[in-house]
Amino acid sequence: MQHLITVTVENQPGVLARITSMFARRDFNIHSLAVGPTEDPTRSRVTMVVDGPEMEQIVKQLYKLIHVIKVTEHPQGEAIEREIMLVRVHADPKRRSEILNAANIFDATAVDVGASTITFEVVGEPMRLSDFLEFMKTYGIVSLAKSGRIALAKDAKSQNTKQKQTAKGA
Amino acid sequence: MPEQLSGAAILIRALEHEGVDVIFGVPGGAILQAYDALYSSSIRHILARHEQGGGHMASGYAHATGRVGVTFATSGPGATNLITPLADAYMDSIPVVAITGQVRTTSIGLDAFQETHTWGISMPVTKHNYLVTNINEIPSTIREAFHVASTGRPGPVLVDITKDALADAMPWHGPVEIDLPGYRPSVQGHPRQVKAAMDEILASERPVLYAGGGILRARASEELRAFAEQQGLPVVTTLMARGAIPDSHPLTLGMSGMHGNYTASTAMQRSDLLIAIGARFDDRVTGNPDLFAPEARIIHIDVDPAEISKIRKADVPIVGDAKAVLRQLLDEGERRLKDGPAPTRTEWMDTLEGWRRDFPLAYVQDPDGPIQQQYVIDELCKHAGDAIVVAGVGQHQMWASQFWKFERPNAWINSGGLGTMGYAVPAAIGAKAGMPDTTVIAIDGDGCFQMTFQELITAAEEGIPVKIAVMNNANLGMVRQWQKLFYDDRYSATELSYTNPNIPMLAEALGCAGFRAETPDEVIPTIEKGLAVNDRPVVMEFVCDPDAMVFPMIVAGGSNDEILMGPEDISCNT
Repeated sequence: MQHLITVTVENQPGVLARITSMFARRDFNIHSLAVGPTEDPTRSRVTMVVDGPEMEQIVKQLYKLIHVIKVTEHPQGEAIEREIMLVRVHADPKRRSEILNAANIFDATAVDVGASTITFEVVGEPMRLSDFLEFMKTYGIVSLAKSGRIALAKDAKSQNTKQKQTAKGA
Repeated sequence: MPEQLSGAAILIRALEHEGVDVIFGVPGGAILQAYDALYSSSIRHILARHEQGGGHMASGYAHATGRVGVTFATSGPGATNLITPLADAYMDSIPVVAITGQVRTTSIGLDAFQETHTWGISMPVTKHNYLVTNINEIPSTIREAFHVASTGRPGPVLVDITKDALADAMPWHGPVEIDLPGYRPSVQGHPRQVKAAMDEILASERPVLYAGGGILRARASEELRAFAEQQGLPVVTTLMARGAIPDSHPLTLGMSGMHGNYTASTAMQRSDLLIAIGARFDDRVTGNPDLFAPEARIIHIDVDPAEISKIRKADVPIVGDAKAVLRQLLDEGERRLKDGPAPTRTEWMDTLEGWRRDFPLAYVQDPDGPIQQQYVIDELCKHAGDAIVVAGVGQHQMWASQFWKFERPNAWINSGGLGTMGYAVPAAIGAKAGMPDTTVIAIDGDGCFQMTFQELITAAEEGIPVKIAVMNNANLGMVRQWQKLFYDDRYSATELSYTNPNIPMLAEALGCAGFRAETPDEVIPTIEKGLAVNDRPVVMEFVCDPDAMVFPMIVAGGSNDEILMGPEDISCNT
């Protein structure tokens, strides 16, 4: 089972190393990871998709790191989730228009066209990206680059969402 | 205008402001500047012969005094030699601050002489760590380091400081305020949880209070005893918690687990409620956790939320400081007493009393046979019961825990979690440096002793008269015991020697007094001689039985229902 969590950390050197070192040491699994700035320059946000049943321990161990300020678990459907993907597919000149039509359905943008390949950029919900990838497998995928997932909890005022937050402890 | 000081001088000022009175360490190139500043400070420096020794000294000091132990080391090998004591202090939640020198900021990453990635190497074995490359960061970092090391669940913190940060100059403005938005340890337990815990306790028929080292870290022994008495709760003390409640107290059951006594282990196993305080359900306590205390509901009180439900799901989790939560429980218990007296649980108490009578810890010293370690420990305790006892790791450690009568807290110092052989000699030196008026006795094995005895040179030079009792069975005894029990008597690489080194002669060479007892009748005279010498460290060697084994024993990973009480149980079990 995969879980989506966002971790608000102090914007300090080495914070990411602390998190990944702790994951390695505790035998927790990271499926995807994205780090970036937040609205507050003293804070960074780490968005992680983590595998495994031991969510309670993962959250508690994250909180033990001194530079971790807040850990938020996002139950399915309660966060806006995005990924970006660049995928290069085989595209014979005679199948090119067929592929471009298909890509259109997925809102994929052709960003590079070669003699026998097309490269698409897809931005969106993780599910749409994996659907597109699945579809393009029939043409043959040459190379693929995918970002970690980023997420923000949905605005509690506009949606009936509930964020699960655990108390910060030692 | 405030005076200009070097980073090193600011470091020493900051340490003085933290109340540091002694530093254990070894100098070197990258930390030279700090040693230069230390030269004109009132802080005492104790020169260890190896950085590992310095680290364990800081830990022994912290154990004995409750204050933060401080150790210095240089970059590269100095820092890597500190990793074992840091890992040790981390496992046992000991507040230690390690200051290491680092190569110049401009040399970092270039494989400079004595450069190592100290920050990265120490990260998984410290509560928190820092790399300081700018003199401006020194005051706040030192303040943070002491705050983090000594609050919440205590632990080691390492501060790595570059040579240029130590050499630069800036004005000293005194101590600084710090802000750690991600670090707010809970102190008080949630009142609703405290009430829930009391409901469980009042409803329980076979409760056991499972007291861990957290009781001692929180200085909560008084509260522990008061609460046990208020509610009539029998108390098991883990290896780390020996002395948290006096062994002579009628509610004390002693140590449970792999080498725990029958009553303590079985009481936990049969209990219907375990009240764990500052304990972490270590595998040496639980055996196979799936088979541990199958009928028990769990109240788990710990300052570290990550310990709660890590191994065993807690029915009533309480995050908080052991002392604060015990006070809350005492208050809540007091209120409930108005509704009626605490349950007496006569049947349970009678059962425990029966086990205690039928399965006491015991040993036999044949006057014509080899010396038994239990006998030495028993006699040491009778002759110096007020001492602080420090142990290494192995058979002697288990026997010390079993046969010393602990009557007060913080009188037992050992390496519980990491199991660091060689811990005793340097930790004893640190303890004695912190508590100069108390007798400090290390009970050590010959294997352990040979790992760190060079620190006795430090003790002799510095006038720290520790007493080391070496249980010389010419073997790595605990490993040998396992080889006997589980490896068909194949004694691979466990044999040492009774004569090499000659321990009393070695002791003399190191500047200590050395004595040896070879037969049981020499034990008491040797102890008396050893205790009489107080102007230098003493090493008392006891030539012991190599075939003795520690019992009771629960096989690693086994069920705590299957306790081997002695060698006679082995034949039918193996």
